[in-house]
Amino acid sequence: MEWDWEFVRQILPDLFSGLKITIIATVLGAAFAAVGGLVFAILRRSGNRAVARSASFLVEFIRGTPLLVQLYFIFYVLPDLGIRLPALLAGVIGIGLHYSTYAAEVYRSGIENVSRGQWEAAKAVNLSVRQTWVHIILPQAIPPMIPALANYLIAMFKETPLLSAITVLELMNQAKSLANSNYRYVEPMTIVGVFFLVISLISVMGVRMLEVRFAPKDDR
Amino acid sequence: MTDWAGYIGLIIDGAFVTLSLTLCGSAVALVAAFLAGLGRLSRFTAVRALAVTYVEFFRGTSIFVQLFWVYFVLPLFDISLSPFQAGVLVLGLNVGAYGAEVVRGAIKSVPREQFEACIALNFTQYQRMRYIILPQALPLMLPTFGNNAIELLKATAVVSLISLSDMTFQAQIVRAQTGNTFVPFLTILVLYFIMSTVISRAIGLYEKRITRGLDGVRS
Repeated sequence: MEWDWEFVRQILPDLFSGLKITIIATVLGAAFAAVGGLVFAILRRSGNRAVARSASFLVEFIRGTPLLVQLYFIFYVLPDLGIRLPALLAGVIGIGLHYSTYAAEVYRSGIENVSRGQWEAAKAVNLSVRQTWVHIILPQAIPPMIPALANYLIAMFKETPLLSAITVLELMNQAKSLANSNYRYVEPMTIVGVFFLVISLISVMGVRMLEVRFAPKDDR
Repeated sequence: MTDWAGYIGLIIDGAFVTLSLTLCGSAVALVAAFLAGLGRLSRFTAVRALAVTYVEFFRGTSIFVQLFWVYFVLPLFDISLSPFQAGVLVLGLNVGAYGAEVVRGAIKSVPREQFEACIALNFTQYQRMRYIILPQALPLMLPTFGNNAIELLKATAVVSLISLSDMTFQAQIVRAQTGNTFVPFLTILVLYFIMSTVISRAIGLYEKRITRGLDGVRS
């Protein structure tokens, strides 16, 4: 099997347009997950037992089932209930919802890691609930979360090829259709692999930097 | 009236494929994780480099891309794998790469004095690993291994895209034949959830078993 550079040059523009969709889906999905995760984390802390229980169950359920099947569910089942979503939107919702359950876990541990004394001190100096959260808890809880959240961002990026299964024309789908119409699999599939490898290696380096930057200060 | 019994049977067939994929994949992953995890702690630079390359490569690319590459590109190099073999291989190697980091982290978190004590007692390297280090490191690995096994179970759904008739594939067939979307997809969601619950319970029980007697030894 020969590696054909001419063919590579031919398909690169299409692959780049696929990469653009991949990145758009990742960014939108991440935004969805960041907000959704916060909602899940707050619901799980709710004083109302029924709310907390059902939020926990939902999180467990979403984490315990494959993203691909959830995407199928959103893409094929919702239209029967009268909700018709464009493929990309369905994909963003699916991937965002899936990762919001992971983000919720990060938020939860981040919030729980703020020591009890901080809550008590806030109460002692008579801060309101809002002031406690905004000025005391969140500024301490968020920095340690950042590397973990960034890791999930990379994981999300690597899951976006699944969107090709619900007809989103992202990188993987572009590669597949190019491969099928030209009967050449080596170049498209390899280039997709290289794209993913390069982008995630760069982002992993970024995460390492974040980890150093936001490393918990050892003051024990 | 749709003959649901037959269609549910189809999905159950798929469930067995999913189960055997998960089991075989986990077995490959476990071996790969220990080989690469111990390899990363090796004295030899070449072994370390090999292990790091393996881990970074499989963690860096998407499992989907790996699967397609193995299934469509390897045959061009005269290596033809059945969808099941390709699935087990890719799932195992992919999750194994994540497991390798777990193995490495757990072994490194065993206190240094334990290693030094082994040297003082003139243990061989094998004895040191087998009797001293691993029994202490294993309980640390288990919870993450459980999560990895669940990730592997979830990743098996991707194999349906290279036409292996697992649960997700069968659900798509049922959808195509009946036109009903809700029943097949809800059924497999519930089945997947049951399987992942079983995995996490089983790991929890096993963890309890092997940490028996370690109470009070560590915080």
